[in-house]
Amino acid sequence: MIEAMKLEEFTCDFKEDVSSRIPEANFDLCLTCGTCTGGCPASEQYGMDPRKFLRMLLLGMDDEIRKSPWAWVCTMCGRCMSACPMKINIPKLIYNVRASWDRDKRPKGIRGSCDQHIKSGNAMGVPKEDFVFTIEDVAREIRETQPEFSDLEVTADRVGAYMVLNQNSREPVTEPDELGPLWKILHKVKADWTHPTVMWGGENYCMFLADEEGWRYIMEEFVYHIEHNLKCKVVVNTE
Amino acid sequence: MKKYKIPHTFEFKSIIELYAQWIKDGTLKVNSDWNKDLKIKFTVQDPCNIGRKIGTNKIVDDLRFVVKAVVGEENFVDMVPNRSNNFCCGGGGGALQGGHTEQRRAYGKVKFDQIIETGAKYVITPCHNCHAQIEDMCHHHGGDYHTLHLWTVICLAMGILGENERTYLGPDLAELGLDIEGGIQ
Repeated sequence: MIEAMKLEEFTCDFKEDVSSRIPEANFDLCLTCGTCTGGCPASEQYGMDPRKFLRMLLLGMDDEIRKSPWAWVCTMCGRCMSACPMKINIPKLIYNVRASWDRDKRPKGIRGSCDQHIKSGNAMGVPKEDFVFTIEDVAREIRETQPEFSDLEVTADRVGAYMVLNQNSREPVTEPDELGPLWKILHKVKADWTHPTVMWGGENYCMFLADEEGWRYIMEEFVYHIEHNLKCKVVVNTE
Repeated sequence: MKKYKIPHTFEFKSIIELYAQWIKDGTLKVNSDWNKDLKIKFTVQDPCNIGRKIGTNKIVDDLRFVVKAVVGEENFVDMVPNRSNNFCCGGGGGALQGGHTEQRRAYGKVKFDQIIETGAKYVITPCHNCHAQIEDMCHHHGGDYHTLHLWTVICLAMGILGENERTYLGPDLAELGLDIEGGIQ
C-alpha cells in the first residue's frame, strides 16, 4: 500500500530559495489547471509533467525534485509559461533545478561542451587556428570550383566590419560545406561582414548546463572582442 | 547579456530578418520559378529561440516570407500549431547532448507527427539543433522527409547551390541547377 505523505514533515526550502532569485516566477499562483501539461511534449517522460513538477515544489518534495532526471528532458522551450493563465515561470524553475545539481553530476555531454567552450571558444573544442584554416580552405575551394564566386572574400577578425557572424560551431567542424551557401548569399548582397575568432561558437551549452559563471565568462569575452577589438555594429545570429 | 548587464553598443539581428529585408528591398534576388512545375512541398520548423522566446512573431513571420519567396506560396504548408505557439522539436536546452535519448525521441514524436501531417517532403530548419533533432526523428520514427538548412533553399532558388552543398537534398532536387560538369548552370 502507498503510504500517505505527511505534509507537516516537509518544508519548502527549495521553493523559497528559487523564489528569492526569481520573485516574478509566481509559483504560489498555480491553479492546477494543467494547461502546461496538456501542451508539453515532455509530459509523461519519466512519469513527470510540468504540473506535477510544480506541485512537488509547492509541497516541499525538494529531494525528489532535485533528483528528477526530467529537468534534463524538459528543453525549457517556454510553451508551458506562454499558455499558463498565471504566467508561472517553469523554464526558470527547471534552470534552477539544473543549477542545484553538483556540476560533475550534470549530463556529461552538456558539461563537456560547456567546458570546451570556456577553453576554446566553441562547444566542439576546435582551436582557433583550425577554425581559421577551415574557413580559408572552404572559401578557396569555392573560388576555384564556382566561377561565379571567384572573388568570394571570407575574413576572420576583420576590424571595423559592419557585421559579425555568430555561428554554430558544428557547421565548420562537422559539415564545413554548409558554410558556403551563407557566404555566397552575403557575397551577393555585398554585405560587409567577418567571422570572429573569440568565443565564435554561437551555441551556449553553459546556459543549458546552468553554469552561471561559465555562461557569464563566455558572454563577457565575446562582447569584449566585438566591442573593443572588432568594433562591429551588428552581431548576426545565423539561426 | 541582459541577464548579466554587460554593456555593449552593437545590436543583435537574426539572419532571417536580414534575408527578408534584402528580398524586400531587391538586394537579394530570389524567385520560386524553379518549383512552379515541380510543386515540391515545404514546411518550416519554428525555432523556439526566434519565436516564443522573443515574445513576438516578427522573425518567424519573416521566415515565412522568405520561404514563400523561394519555394512559392502555393508550395508552402504550415504546421499546426505554429510560430510562437509551436512545439519545441525536443532538441533544445542541450537535449541532444543530454544523454536521455529515448525520452528525447519520445518528446520529438509530437513534432514528427506534425511534420507528417503537412505531407511536405522537405522541412526547413533554420536552427542547427532543430536540424539535427528533426533529422534524427525522421530516421528513428521512419519518416520520408528531408531536413534542410534555410540557406540551402535560398541558394537553390538563386541557382547558386554548389555540388558539395547538397548533402540534405533528396534525389528529386539533388541535381537541380547543376550542369553535367558539376558546375553551376
